Amino acid sequence: RDFNERCAQCSEVNWGLTDGGRFYCRSCHNVTERTREVVNTDFISNTRIQTISKGLRKQEKNDGGCEWYVCEGFQLVLKKQAEALEALGVCPQMKDEILCNFWRRYLQKTKQAYCNRPAGETVKALSVCDSSTDVDSEPERPSLLHLLSLSESEGDLQTDCSFASSISKVSESTSVCSGSVDGSLYLMKNRKEKLRMTMPMTLSFCYMALLWLREPMTLSDLLRFVEEGHIPYLNVFQHFPEKMKLYGLDLKIFCVESWPVYEEVYNKMLELAAFLDLPRFPDITDSCFLHPDMLCMKYLMEANLPDELHNWTCRVVKKICIGEADFLTLVPGNKSKRNVKYDVLAAAVIVVVLKLLFLLDDQYEWLLSDFAEERNKNNKEGGPYFEFKKWYKVIKCSLDVKQKKLDEERAKYLWRCEKPLFYSAKKKSKVLKRRQMVVNLQNQFGKLSGSVQPAEKPNPSSFQLSWSEENTDGSCFHGHSLKGILQEKCGLLTAMNPDYWLCTVKLCNEKLCGHLAHYREVDFPQSYHFVLRLFSFLLRIQPSYIHDEVCVVEHKLFNKKLCKKPKYNTGLRK
Amino acid sequence: STHEYKLNFKKSKEMCLSYIQDAMLQKQWKRAAEFLTFYIESLEKDFSTEYMGPSEMIWRIGTEILCHHSHSSMKEFNSFIEQMKTLGVKRYLKVCLEHAFHLLCNGLIDEAYQNLSLAESWRFGEQTAIQDKEMKLIQAYRGLLDYYSWCKQKNVLLQHGQNGFEDLSVEQEMHGCFRKAAMNLKEIIKIPGVWDLFVKCYVDLLEFYGDHNEAHQVLNEYAYNSKFPANPNAHVYLYQFLKRHGESKKSLISALKILHDIVPSHELMIDFNIMLQKSKKRKKRRLGLEVIFAALDYAGWKENVKAWSCLARQVKQIVISEKHLDWIKQEWNSRKDWWPAFHFSRYLAKRNWQENESLSYEKALVAGILLGKDCKYFKYVSHQGCKAQVKRFRILKKFVNKHSPVYLRMSG
Repeated sequence: RDFNERCAQCSEVNWGLTDGGRFYCRSCHNVTERTREVVNTDFISNTRIQTISKGLRKQEKNDGGCEWYVCEGFQLVLKKQAEALEALGVCPQMKDEILCNFWRRYLQKTKQAYCNRPAGETVKALSVCDSSTDVDSEPERPSLLHLLSLSESEGDLQTDCSFASSISKVSESTSVCSGSVDGSLYLMKNRKEKLRMTMPMTLSFCYMALLWLREPMTLSDLLRFVEEGHIPYLNVFQHFPEKMKLYGLDLKIFCVESWPVYEEVYNKMLELAAFLDLPRFPDITDSCFLHPDMLCMKYLMEANLPDELHNWTCRVVKKICIGEADFLTLVPGNKSKRNVKYDVLAAAVIVVVLKLLFLLDDQYEWLLSDFAEERNKNNKEGGPYFEFKKWYKVIKCSLDVKQKKLDEERAKYLWRCEKPLFYSAKKKSKVLKRRQMVVNLQNQFGKLSGSVQPAEKPNPSSFQLSWSEENTDGSCFHGHSLKGILQEKCGLLTAMNPDYWLCTVKLCNEKLCGHLAHYREVDFPQSYHFVLRLFSFLLRIQPSYIHDEVCVVEHKLFNKKLCKKPKYNTGLRK
Repeated sequence: STHEYKLNFKKSKEMCLSYIQDAMLQKQWKRAAEFLTFYIESLEKDFSTEYMGPSEMIWRIGTEILCHHSHSSMKEFNSFIEQMKTLGVKRYLKVCLEHAFHLLCNGLIDEAYQNLSLAESWRFGEQTAIQDKEMKLIQAYRGLLDYYSWCKQKNVLLQHGQNGFEDLSVEQEMHGCFRKAAMNLKEIIKIPGVWDLFVKCYVDLLEFYGDHNEAHQVLNEYAYNSKFPANPNAHVYLYQFLKRHGESKKSLISALKILHDIVPSHELMIDFNIMLQKSKKRKKRRLGLEVIFAALDYAGWKENVKAWSCLARQVKQIVISEKHLDWIKQEWNSRKDWWPAFHFSRYLAKRNWQENESLSYEKALVAGILLGKDCKYFKYVSHQGCKAQVKRFRILKKFVNKHSPVYLRMSG
């Protein structure tokens, strides 16, 4: 379906999948003979993986494990993640079709499966090492330390060194260093290729699939679900079947010691999409969840801002043409266009609208709020006028409480799981003993903790903050009217605020310093920082990230004015 | 690319640790225990490259929490410490030692003894040599507990002796304890350090068994060996020993000399002054005056009648003999700017008179001589005294009046 190569026989691009997992041309029914491997999404221990050079693989090893390849491991991970997403409400198509095919395509492209020569050369090199006759042609065996240092994941020098020293005496095949067959090869060979599969990349795959299906889940939502534990990531290898033994270098590949960062996952996704030669993604139209109008509505609700602001966000979106399908839709490989982070963009639009209406210079918004308060006293009909001051108090209170709670939860993360990890068989008993002690101590102090510790995961929810209009304490601002801060001019309601300040006069060159702007809290008004902090919390990204996007939106909005006048102070009239 | 704000294992545990510390500072033991529970898994990544790794943190924090938490028991504490002992070989003896302290603080002397004995027999390759200092301490404390047993048995014997019983087995045990204690205590006090308790006990043992020479030598070493840190108590112990054994004044004086240098405000300065005053040697008497003036520089002595009477006696004696008035002048020189306000204010005059007549008498004598008959203190007290018709104040008044030219000579 998404396979774009031309058929060898009829030159058409019209592919389907056989039951055996091979591509066949629908026009001429030419079945590609290329695929020899069958990798099911379910790992059945009876499956025999055949490669051209290797032959049948052995079933059982000494410890009751069987041979497995790294890519099989990742396949399992993806499967688990897809299942979790399905449980969260994502359509099953994602798991059964989209993600599956993306993965197969990836395997094909990286020559790990579905193609003629899966990593054959290096496998040969291995067997050469064993025989003593080919000493001269033997490729130099990389030292283990070298291998370990090649891995991108952050490691602990001590563990690496101790591991390397314990293994250095081993001169047998490198499969001793890892549970997987190709663990060491994986780390060594694929270094040069930027798209070696890693754990964070599994999330890039997931997001890519979600985006293809235009599911109502943003990347920040996805990452939040990961951190909350609804989507397996941290110790996902727990779910590997018993026979898939994981140790040694596998740990470098499958164990994570940090939560994935938005930028990383996003950028990798772009690289991946281009690498897989994917065509233009399905269009993001204004009925899609990811469209700025929709996302703005959601975030406005979550931020407890008046619904009326939505009119303004739509106006901004329209004015700077970011609601167009061509702008929003992902076209892999298109370097001329800046790619869209839907959630950050929507947040930025809201911030800009708030600046338009309230200026947010630490003075005007408060004056305006007092003014609205005055008008509110005489306001008998309809809903109350929105007062910035009141909103600020309510939000600040909630935000501080939630932030504090989040910080405490983060300090309480448990990174280890019941399934112990060890680098080598020698270390196994030591690791197990340690684990036992840890469990004992945890129990001992857990009892002294006082209240019962319910290991509750928060129920997965799209909204982190919610406000109800039924609350009589007036803490919900959705229905408030903006009339208190608007004025009538020529029959139209416009903002009373005539001024605007730009976050930055000139955008940086992203390629040079990696950012479009540089945000320092002290350089900007506190109200502005507060608003950034709010969205930073909701999206779980750094405020500077949103700030960058705000700069871009502003520059689009005031483009004409910026182009006209070369000299500028950072205030300007609309 | 590395993002500084990336939340990883290390950062997460650092945050956790700061929560623990906050809770402990605020004595919220339940909360501290809660966060410690989440910190504990850093043991599985303990690489001891930092100054203080997770295992030491957990040992120390866990100990604090278990000490203070209302629900924790000795049994729990012991089981916790046993686990800590297995965690770090390099720290094994330290943990044992602190465990023993803890047991002692809770009155579990026998358990402490067992622990120390067990630790003494520990061997672990080159670690044994590396942890030599801790081993010595362990042996020393075990020796101390042996001494403690010895004391108990001694008391039992004495009691039995009074009642006319004889108890051979107790006596043998007592001697056994002595040997064990003496051996260990002797070892530790060889190492430069502050070992007041060990020294005292060892000397006690030696004295009981009549080995005065050894005891004297030990105390000398402890006081005079320059490798040992300056320790006032060392000199006190030596002095007390010498006094017990009726040594000459000369040796007593030399024992206290250094004490005066280190701690001029020491309570033994009175004894020192009395000895010095009585000496036939001029230098010693001169020193005596210096000593008593120096002691009274300290606020803690302000209301000490004995001290003031010493000073008064010596000053009076000098004035009467009319010899060595320059001594007083020398001592007074550095004090005349502040002693009046410090000791001889009108307020103090009133208060001293009201609270302690003897104190005011002695002070008035000194004031009268140092500051003349017109000084506030003397005037007030002598007036009050005469008014109350207390005989000695009349005599005092006469005396000061008679010797007032002395003052003039001094202040000139």
